[in-house]
Amino acid sequence: MILETAAQRRALLDRSRTVAMVGASANPSRPSYFVFSYLRTRGKFDLTPINPTIAEIDGVRAYASLAAYAEERAAPDIVDVFRRPDEAPQVTREAIAVGAKAIWFQYGVINQAAIQLADDAGLDVVVDRCIKVESARFDGGLALGGMNTGLLTAKRRIR
Amino acid sequence: MSDRRFGFRTRALHAGTPPDGETGARALPLHLSTAFVFDSTEHAAELFALRTYGNIYTRIGNPTVAAFEEKLASLEGGLGALATASGLAAQLITILSVAQQGDHLVASANLYGGTVTQFSVTLQRMGIETTFVAPGDLDAVRAALRENTRALFVETIGNPNGNVADIAALAALAHEAGVPLVVDNTFATPYLCRPIEHGADIVVHSATKFIGGHGTVMGGAIVESGLFPWGAGRHPLLSTPSPGYHGLNFAETFGEYAFLQRARVEVLRDVGASISPMNAWLLVQGLETLAMRMPQHVENARAVAAFLRGRSEVAWVSYADLPDSPDHSLAERYLPLGAGAVFTFGLHGGRDAGRAFIEALELWSHLANVGDAKSLVIHPASTTHQQLTDEQLRAGGVLPEMVRLSVGLEDVDDLIWDLERGLAAAAAVAVAPALSDARA
Repeated sequence: MILETAAQRRALLDRSRTVAMVGASANPSRPSYFVFSYLRTRGKFDLTPINPTIAEIDGVRAYASLAAYAEERAAPDIVDVFRRPDEAPQVTREAIAVGAKAIWFQYGVINQAAIQLADDAGLDVVVDRCIKVESARFDGGLALGGMNTGLLTAKRRIR
Repeated sequence: MSDRRFGFRTRALHAGTPPDGETGARALPLHLSTAFVFDSTEHAAELFALRTYGNIYTRIGNPTVAAFEEKLASLEGGLGALATASGLAAQLITILSVAQQGDHLVASANLYGGTVTQFSVTLQRMGIETTFVAPGDLDAVRAALRENTRALFVETIGNPNGNVADIAALAALAHEAGVPLVVDNTFATPYLCRPIEHGADIVVHSATKFIGGHGTVMGGAIVESGLFPWGAGRHPLLSTPSPGYHGLNFAETFGEYAFLQRARVEVLRDVGASISPMNAWLLVQGLETLAMRMPQHVENARAVAAFLRGRSEVAWVSYADLPDSPDHSLAERYLPLGAGAVFTFGLHGGRDAGRAFIEALELWSHLANVGDAKSLVIHPASTTHQQLTDEQLRAGGVLPEMVRLSVGLEDVDDLIWDLERGLAAAAAVAVAPALSDARA
């Protein structure tokens, strides 16, 4: 299912624990490193970089492929995609093959064929969103930056 | 949580201001703290590298200020907002976030005088050139957009002439040229018009006016839609490595948040025109009642305009809400709940009649502001523009007989009673040939 609303994205993040980040970079100026670093320091997810060109990021072991990861660690809850849009279908096929529950296409990773593949295979799909921003939307970080979280409540939330 | 789309009044009260997570306080806490402690050295490093969210220093952000920003962003239908010390600061930070030396802007020729000066003097000195065009002349706007143009800037309702921008048409022209449409929505407020819904990319405000609503507090804000393609290459400040952040590419790293992030962490940080948390707190109180105040402002303005239209001392009334206004059809489209509460009219008898009118008023406050709960009046030819001759005034689009009103929330009968006194005084001057007419 393609998740289009904030409540759906929040539910996905709440029920997920393991995140395999395909294309995560160890270069501190790359967007994927921002996401990795943020989520790791928040301690919310069990993160794993999937990148054949690096051994680790900040001490977290990287796997060369989703297949190699799944062989040791079982299927990830979310495959988070930091690849060029034209590579998205191949990543999607790999995610389906290892039994991932959801696939998350980061900003700009928009490929209709990949979206269709994932949706048809029964994965939850998030498109053109950032997993860091969506996490921050629900834990208060985004609001501290003056951003419109779209959240509205008269209940007390402990952040 | 639910996916319900809440209404304007509900968001005015609740967006950005949930109960405080630490204390349960129902009202927005006022965080008068210049700085905020770090959890650890690693946390500090992550904050400074922009890799995590959090409070560092109130010049860059503050939790009370953030609540105001989120509330306004929600009301405008934007991705987020950035609050500033004033409306002029909001404009400067907007421009400096997208343009640098050698760049070019296109702006409406009917802008607030302070904005014209900011663009034509201060920004010009910094090497950013502005071409001013009549905003209603779409061909002229198209012709003025150049290869190095970085933004198109207009006001929803022009100050003081009251012209209404054709936001959708201007947005289409801007987007054709690859630049964002920036709309100053001060006179309309998000209650009367939400420019982003019509295609605008950035909305700026002098929150000092109707948002604060009580003439007590200075503030400004920038709201962005999050829809403009900052990474398309037309805005290298956002799409090339920043030397201030170790080669960070804002468009690539922050996606839809690129503009707001750069505006905050580079431009607001370096310009320093930050809003006080106290002011932001007061502006939140103002926003809570915006939807109660604006309809009354409009109702009183309509009654005052109708009164003035019926008076022989009055040469003309320029208010887009009036059916025979040249801007009325644009007002019907963009301002269906009313064309605001600031408008101008002209007195027979020119500059001296204007002076006599102002002097005779008891209830209308004679000052240089708009958007107070109290009714305000100014006669530019005898105050802000008094050093100019009548010819110079006309050349600048300010007529010698022009009076600007900002209609407040008093009993409208009292406002009209006072205007009658002013009109009588103006008429007495208009019939006697005034000595100063020779000067002009």
